[in-house]
Amino acid sequence: MATPLTLRQRFSLARFLRGLGAEAGPILLDRRRVYILPTRHGLLFGAVIIAILLGAINYDNGLAFALAFLLASLGIVSILHTWRNLLGLRVEAGRCAAVFAGEQARFPLGLRNDSAEPRPAIILAPDGGEETVHDLAPGLSWVEVVRPATQRGRLPLGRFHVATRFPLSLFRAWTPLELAMDCLVYPAPAPQRGLPAGEAGASGSGGDKGQGQDDFASLRPYHAGDSLRHVHWKTAAREQGIHTKLFTGETAQELWLAWDLLPGLDTETRLSRLCRWVLEADAAGITYGLRLPTRVIPPDFGPGQRRRCLEALALFGDKP
Amino acid sequence: MTLPRHGRLWLLAALTAALLPQLLRLPPWFIPYCVALLGWRLAIDLRDWPLPPRWLRVLLTLVGIGGVLAGYRTLFGADAGLALLTVMLGLKLLELRSLRDAMVVIFMGYFVVAGGFLVDQSIYVGVYLLVNVLLLTAALIALSHPAGPQHPFYLRRAGLLLLQALPITVLLFVLFPRLSEPLWGVPKTSSSASTGISDHMTLNNISELVDSEEVAFRVRFDGPVPPASQLYWRGPVLWVTDGRRWDPVSRDLPPRWQMLPGRYDSLDDPVRYALTLEAHNAHWIFPLDLPASVPNGMALTADFQLLSKRKVIARQRYELASHTRYVTGPLADEMYRLGLRLPTAANPRTRALAAQWAHLPAQAIVDSAINHFRDQPFWYSRRPPPLGDHPVDDFLFTTRRGFCEHYAAAFVTLMRAAGVPARVVTGYQGGEVNPVSDYLIVRQSDAHAWAEVWLDSDGWVRVDPTAAIPPHRVEATTDAQRFRSTDAATLNIDLDWAQRALAELRYRWDAVNDAWNQWILGYNHQRQKELLEQLGLLRFGWQGVIALLAGAIAAVLGAVTIYLLLRMRGRHDALVRIYQRYCDKLARIGLRRAPHEGPRDFARRVAAQRPDLADSSDEIITLYIDLRYGKGDAATSLPLLRAAVSRFHPGVRRASD
Repeated sequence: MATPLTLRQRFSLARFLRGLGAEAGPILLDRRRVYILPTRHGLLFGAVIIAILLGAINYDNGLAFALAFLLASLGIVSILHTWRNLLGLRVEAGRCAAVFAGEQARFPLGLRNDSAEPRPAIILAPDGGEETVHDLAPGLSWVEVVRPATQRGRLPLGRFHVATRFPLSLFRAWTPLELAMDCLVYPAPAPQRGLPAGEAGASGSGGDKGQGQDDFASLRPYHAGDSLRHVHWKTAAREQGIHTKLFTGETAQELWLAWDLLPGLDTETRLSRLCRWVLEADAAGITYGLRLPTRVIPPDFGPGQRRRCLEALALFGDKP
Repeated sequence: MTLPRHGRLWLLAALTAALLPQLLRLPPWFIPYCVALLGWRLAIDLRDWPLPPRWLRVLLTLVGIGGVLAGYRTLFGADAGLALLTVMLGLKLLELRSLRDAMVVIFMGYFVVAGGFLVDQSIYVGVYLLVNVLLLTAALIALSHPAGPQHPFYLRRAGLLLLQALPITVLLFVLFPRLSEPLWGVPKTSSSASTGISDHMTLNNISELVDSEEVAFRVRFDGPVPPASQLYWRGPVLWVTDGRRWDPVSRDLPPRWQMLPGRYDSLDDPVRYALTLEAHNAHWIFPLDLPASVPNGMALTADFQLLSKRKVIARQRYELASHTRYVTGPLADEMYRLGLRLPTAANPRTRALAAQWAHLPAQAIVDSAINHFRDQPFWYSRRPPPLGDHPVDDFLFTTRRGFCEHYAAAFVTLMRAAGVPARVVTGYQGGEVNPVSDYLIVRQSDAHAWAEVWLDSDGWVRVDPTAAIPPHRVEATTDAQRFRSTDAATLNIDLDWAQRALAELRYRWDAVNDAWNQWILGYNHQRQKELLEQLGLLRFGWQGVIALLAGAIAAVLGAVTIYLLLRMRGRHDALVRIYQRYCDKLARIGLRRAPHEGPRDFARRVAAQRPDLADSSDEIITLYIDLRYGKGDAATSLPLLRAAVSRFHPGVRRASD
């Protein structure tokens, strides 16, 4: 929740222009956050009113006076409507699904309209991105800010504006926001296909029988990330806890995807190649481990392993 | 940002409405031109026609400008400017791409609406103004709402905005300081054909005014309405005749004596009144005989015509005063000579008749002529037979039927021929009192002509020969009444109830029109000052008025803000308030909810400490959680929750406890 601002923060021009810096959601757009200024159309509208007023004065024309005053009043009242359309909105961060570099990162934002009336034409304008317009019914609406993910790593949502020009487009109410929210960007998979030749199961401790998918060997308690295909549903149905079936097989092999296998390439290319290997190994259902200069992920398989490995690749070089 | 289609359609509808009254006023070729442009736009929006190519737009522009030039011979001035604006607006519609284009078109639409006020400011136009602004506002809303068409919503929201804007509009209209002078010279506006008394009269012409029920002016007296026999509203004074036509002393080249304001001694207190004159495109003001003072911007001539320095091209309100009893000053030589001049060849029989009276004193000559009209079979007729080469002769000795112009001209001819200086005065006579709002309506059908003769003892004296015709020789009863009463009821005494109801309706409508003229159109610097002084608002000067205006607007905006906030306050807020009330009630008996404590935990604690409250507390919490986090229906559950909290009295211990 928003904390009260100090006096200095409250009157700082930087706050006006750039917002408060990254905050955890949800954020209530209250009076101190909502700014409002005329748009270009609003300024033109003002000029039109002045022109009509001058004509009215000069021709002493009662109805022209009435028109000028009516338009001016409409403009003034529309300030309140525009302001109210934004005021009281709550913005919260959703969970952002990881993407590969080169794809579009989609940041889900929850816009909660606690009022009884819909809020039409609420604009989401990410800095440097395309703005989108949404009608918010009462309740929570999920909208997405889409930004291109160009580099692996953590892509912050960055600063964006929640704004509205409704109803007359003469004024624009806005709040600059920066939510503490980012999207994990995996390296772009390299185009080259094909897995490296396996360092046969000899590696690692000799006692490891290795795991495969052909022959059932034993049960072990379910770990997050184990494939659902291998869950032993019978024990689950007997309410004896969820177990994962372990298999051994002749094809059982343990593949190490190692940084050292790609000598002479630059860091990003190596990460790209590793990323492709991880995807292929995962698709083939192989048990694989990842060995990076800074980190080693022991062999495993399934969606959990895939995620762990890709995350390690995405964040390679970051400080933990 | 591209324009939503529903926004473009609203724009088109609003503009069509704004252009409609202009189209009827512009030269006829404009109608197909503009209909074609609007039609193309409609086809673009509905049938996805392409925007017209550039060469065609240029061609259409040239055609439009050429048309304006051909019709008006200029591109400037109010009429041509308005026509040009219409053309530009139509053309701009055909290149509508961005929101900016649409805004420009809407703003041009406002100008078109305002331009129409130069020509017409009637009540209908005022009501239509509201319709126009409503539609243009709805168009703005539709354009600002790309998500999709919700047509009734646009209209409702536009209506709401307008309703909230109206109080501020009224405040601005009443309190915004008006200037007494225009900012720059007002250009000549359209010579819109307006009816009124002409500056000359020709016997033989049937005056089209006689049948016109159009209002010439309205008069509100400060005191009681003077008797009908005194209600002579003075207009052009005619001196020069060729026997058939009567003209005033040339206005373009007035003789020097005409420039000196006429002087007279008044014999009574002045009658004060406000006269709201309809535009008649001439200089006369039509004061009651004789004007007591000369307001700014006007001049009084030697023959007591009150002339505005500018032509009256728009409805104007004047504060005037007049004396109805007076003795005019001495007669200048030039006036004396002009007052006796007659063409030598015309109307020989008339002059022969007058020659018989020439030896009599002036007063006796006047009486002889009046008696002649009364005793001979003269009839008052709105449709007199045509007259020949000597019109006055024909009228006096052959046809003996005519209306005021005939009588006035014949009488003045007789006077001059008998040696009494005389002149014809035209203007209006009488008027009817509107019983609804107690003011006098003078219509074009009240146009009148009478005579003035110079008597050595009294100066210029008004003689109305038409009034000498006995009522039974007047063809229309209304004409017989007009010199005797301003009371509307006497005119309608023999009409049936339907006609009376109709007359009543007509008076009411005229009263509305009068209020409109007084308060909307005639509300100028002078009126504003009077009103503010009456209300005591000028005590602190104009700064005080402006401060008041700002304060009042702020108050209205405050009220609108509260309304908007209350209206937007949703079920969430209501729910939180009710829950807060429940917590407050418990706090009063020492059970305070910790900030981190959820509703269920809190209820559990309440139940543990006060088992007697467990049931009622549980009911409240269940409803609350369902509404707040579940699928509770606000319409049914919220009142239940409110009732449950109201029934909840933790301070009272149950008897069973």
